[in-house]
Amino acid sequence: MSLDKATVARIAALARIRVAEDELDGLARELSNILGWIEQLDAVDTSGVPPMSRAADQKLRWREDVVDDGGIGEKILANAPAAKDGFFTVPKVIE
Amino acid sequence: MAAAALTGLTIAEARDGLLAKDFSARELAEAHIGAMEAGRGLNAFLTETPERALAGAQEADRRIAAGEARGLEGVPLGIKDLFCTEGVATTAASRILQGFTPPYESTVTRNLWDAGAVMLGKTNLDEFAMGSSNTTSHFGPVENPWRRKGDNRPLVPGGSSGGSAAAVAAHLCAGATGTDTGGSIRQPAAFCGVVGLKPTYGRCSRYGIVAFASSLDQAGPITKTVRDAAILLRHMAGFDARDSTSVEREVPDFEAALSRPLKGLRVGIPKEYRVDGMDPEIDALWQKGIGWLEEAGLEAVEIGLPHTQYALPVYYILAPAEASSNLARYDGVRYGHRAEGGGDLLEMYEATRGEGFGAEVRRRIMIGTYVLSAGYYDAYYLKAQKVRTLIARDFAAAFEAVDVILTPTAPGAAFAIGEKEDDPISMYLNDVFTVPASLAGLPGISVPAGTDGDGLPLGLQLMAPSFDEETMIAAAAAIEARAGFDGAAAAGGA
Amino acid sequence: MTALIQGATGDWEMVIGLEVHAQVTSAAKLFSGAANAFGGEPNTRVSLVDAAMPGMLPVINGYCIEQAVRTGLALKAKINLTSVFDRKNYFYPDLPQGYQISQFTQPIVGTGEVVLDMEDGTERRVGITRLHLEQDAGKSLHDQAPKLTYVDLNRSGVALMEIVSEPDIRSPEEAAAYLTKLRSILRYLGTCDGNMEEGSMRADVNVSVRRPGGALGTRCEIKNVNSIRFVQQAIVVEAARQVALIEDGGKVVQETRLFDPEAGVTRVMRSKEESHDYRYFPDPDLLPLELDADWVASIKAGLPELPDEKRARFMDGYGLSPYDASVLVAERETAEFFETVAQGRDGKVAANWVMGELFGLLNRQGRAMADSPVGPVELGGLIDLIADGTLSNRLAKEVFEEMAASGKPAAAVVEEKGLRQITDSGAIEAEVDKVIAAGPDQVAQFKAGNEKVLGWFVGRVMQATGGKANPAAVNEILRKKLSE
Repeated sequence: MSLDKATVARIAALARIRVAEDELDGLARELSNILGWIEQLDAVDTSGVPPMSRAADQKLRWREDVVDDGGIGEKILANAPAAKDGFFTVPKVIE
Repeated sequence: MAAAALTGLTIAEARDGLLAKDFSARELAEAHIGAMEAGRGLNAFLTETPERALAGAQEADRRIAAGEARGLEGVPLGIKDLFCTEGVATTAASRILQGFTPPYESTVTRNLWDAGAVMLGKTNLDEFAMGSSNTTSHFGPVENPWRRKGDNRPLVPGGSSGGSAAAVAAHLCAGATGTDTGGSIRQPAAFCGVVGLKPTYGRCSRYGIVAFASSLDQAGPITKTVRDAAILLRHMAGFDARDSTSVEREVPDFEAALSRPLKGLRVGIPKEYRVDGMDPEIDALWQKGIGWLEEAGLEAVEIGLPHTQYALPVYYILAPAEASSNLARYDGVRYGHRAEGGGDLLEMYEATRGEGFGAEVRRRIMIGTYVLSAGYYDAYYLKAQKVRTLIARDFAAAFEAVDVILTPTAPGAAFAIGEKEDDPISMYLNDVFTVPASLAGLPGISVPAGTDGDGLPLGLQLMAPSFDEETMIAAAAAIEARAGFDGAAAAGGA
Repeated sequence: MTALIQGATGDWEMVIGLEVHAQVTSAAKLFSGAANAFGGEPNTRVSLVDAAMPGMLPVINGYCIEQAVRTGLALKAKINLTSVFDRKNYFYPDLPQGYQISQFTQPIVGTGEVVLDMEDGTERRVGITRLHLEQDAGKSLHDQAPKLTYVDLNRSGVALMEIVSEPDIRSPEEAAAYLTKLRSILRYLGTCDGNMEEGSMRADVNVSVRRPGGALGTRCEIKNVNSIRFVQQAIVVEAARQVALIEDGGKVVQETRLFDPEAGVTRVMRSKEESHDYRYFPDPDLLPLELDADWVASIKAGLPELPDEKRARFMDGYGLSPYDASVLVAERETAEFFETVAQGRDGKVAANWVMGELFGLLNRQGRAMADSPVGPVELGGLIDLIADGTLSNRLAKEVFEEMAASGKPAAAVVEEKGLRQITDSGAIEAEVDKVIAAGPDQVAQFKAGNEKVLGWFVGRVMQATGGKANPAAVNEILRKKLSE
């Protein structure tokens, strides 16, 4: 699979990563190489094979419905790059 | 005792010496603080916490005096800077976590402090643990304390737990924590001539460890000896209700497993690991390892792990996919770096993440984003998950017949900083032997077993069935005892 | 009950599907131990997990799973014994993880249905596509500062059940009936409080138009409509917009819109304009959710009587009409109130009183059933006084008003105010005699065959007795005396 510049720009936009225009070609080449290398998987017959998404072989544990957390507004906001009146703040979003 | 003698101690020796009051925890901490400062040239530590180490040592001395010593009382450790430590900056070696000080402690480090260990500092790593050379750290590469004979060029320590491995090898700390997603404990351990153990997935809690690839990440110890790895793992591991993938199981006394009888056990030698163009020195070492295990009473059996060659491509789909999602939280809103310069929200996001992540992290996020995106999910992600099943089945079938599997840890020894930088794939190939166990969730350990022609350390890897770290540790000890590897060379000079 | 839109080029049919987000009434959030509560100071009901601090991991709240299963069972839906939590990836400031944990390919609940009882007595069935569990996002406030959006994560991680209907709805009225019925079921179960004003129940409305019976048109999704009335209004204006657009030669573009109730229009959402690619994949921090069939069966056995079953029982047991029965079962409190009143009494009389006088009173006073000034036992007591002849219907209404004002039981009001019906024929006869004596003309008219004039005599007698005379007795005595 060879990625073109437009695809790389679209992926970068999806991932919210700014990539300078002059970096796109190089990145497209690198990513294409990696994808090409990855595509050796096409040779494997996986018909009827279930996907494995987790290495842990156990049942999902449930927690009790009790309130034992929260009330730590200061800790939540302590590392905020910008905050006001107990809120995080970001550049204005227009809906 | 002289400072050098104190820093040369294994964890087991330090523990025993402290209990025998041969020296104090304070002396032990001071010796390591001195070594850490003297070893700054290696760039192994990102944050030094000497006050914390000394405060911990004071408490340790009090407890030892009172006869209340815990399992790791007074043992000074380096902590990979991927573990969140309350009140101490945690960076994941990334600019994007600049200024972040967690108001919480990871479960693994909490367990260590509860066992009496003291923290010397946070060790350097590849950014977000993505790398095999520790050269992707935003804070610069770590130098391997080893040098090639007659060549003073600095070498990589391996990665991603390169700072931890280098620090242990250089005797800057008695032991260290690492994390392993595709080989990030085992490969740097091999490069630095120390022991690195990745336990079974689910053995150590992931709570509070900056996530790279959630279905693969596991914490483990990096130590001077197999015994130390056993000791440290015991105090890192344990069930944690805050991690849904943590396994509810008793933590065995791994140290006791060192003396397990090995006679009659079978060691599998997977023929697929004898890859084309394999370094003859690595192959020779592997043969030696087989011999040592036979000496110890094991029977060597050739086995097949037919899907081995696909492990790396599977890994380089799954790990970036998970990472692309795990790293979405670094958006400049709640913590860490936010790009200056106004602009709207979209610009803030793109500038923050564009300048906050380094090249390798960006590359992997983009690969991961791509393989999950509409139209490609089935061809890449789902396909990789299916092949992952086949890889896990290969191991399950093999472990019907054998108790442990022996392979080299890495296809070569440490390389120079700057080598392999221009080709991501050749860098990825460093993990060819370690990735399969990660995908299958199995435990693996790298034991320093010899040196190559340049005098650089080489490691052998043992793998075992899920939750049978004990047999693996016993076999690793058998190799260690027979290899006669001397790691002190790194601490002394270079 | 398809409501057609008359366009310039002919009739159009609306095709509507609803996605309801119902907040689970749990104490804690779906994956953390922070409180699930409305309001509060910003960022105080937030755990490190909800704020997506590095290394934080989700652990699922079992109670929320149970409520999703109960709701699914009440929707007569298939419960999937294995379901999977997926990550839905997108960036937004109030989505701390950069993904929402949801269920995409394998939801906890599969297909089911909701039966609507329309006002004209007909029944409509709306299919349920699925119900899944997911996390709510936090809240963005755009109006606090000129150049900033404020973010509060209190709601971040709260458990939602997303209930998706088939596009089976054909009119705003049906949409309202669906939402009302769904809310009623949720409230019966107690799995969601159904409070749309506080946002604990929200609806996304998918609307398209087509020629009656024709191929489906392109739909638009109207996000986060927060009242049933607005849902109806939004459907009306959106369908009209689409019809006008198509008839003008335009094409409907699939997009996400917002309803502006003040302007009475829908507008395209700017922040959602970009194409979506959510990159769903199974959340590796969570394992598949596996349910035990026996456990599900025990949950099913423990379900309360639901509106449909109750309605059938009310019709059977109390002889109520389908419509009266559906009105009375709509709210659990009303149904319980009614049953207490009807216990051992005439069910239809009880229904008339609850739906007539009581609803009227509550309406006037703007009260909920739970705050009714007249309780069910007291209303029953009043009905008993009608049954035993102590009160006429007319008097009973008067007593009811006094009960509502004073909070006293019927018998006490009757005693205090002397409102007891006069059934003593001697007393009535005396009054009748007086009235007859006072109206010779009317007597003559009656004798001439004018039956209507009887009403004049009854009125006079009732007036003289302060309305307390038993009307049946008055009639009977009047007829007897006038015929003498």
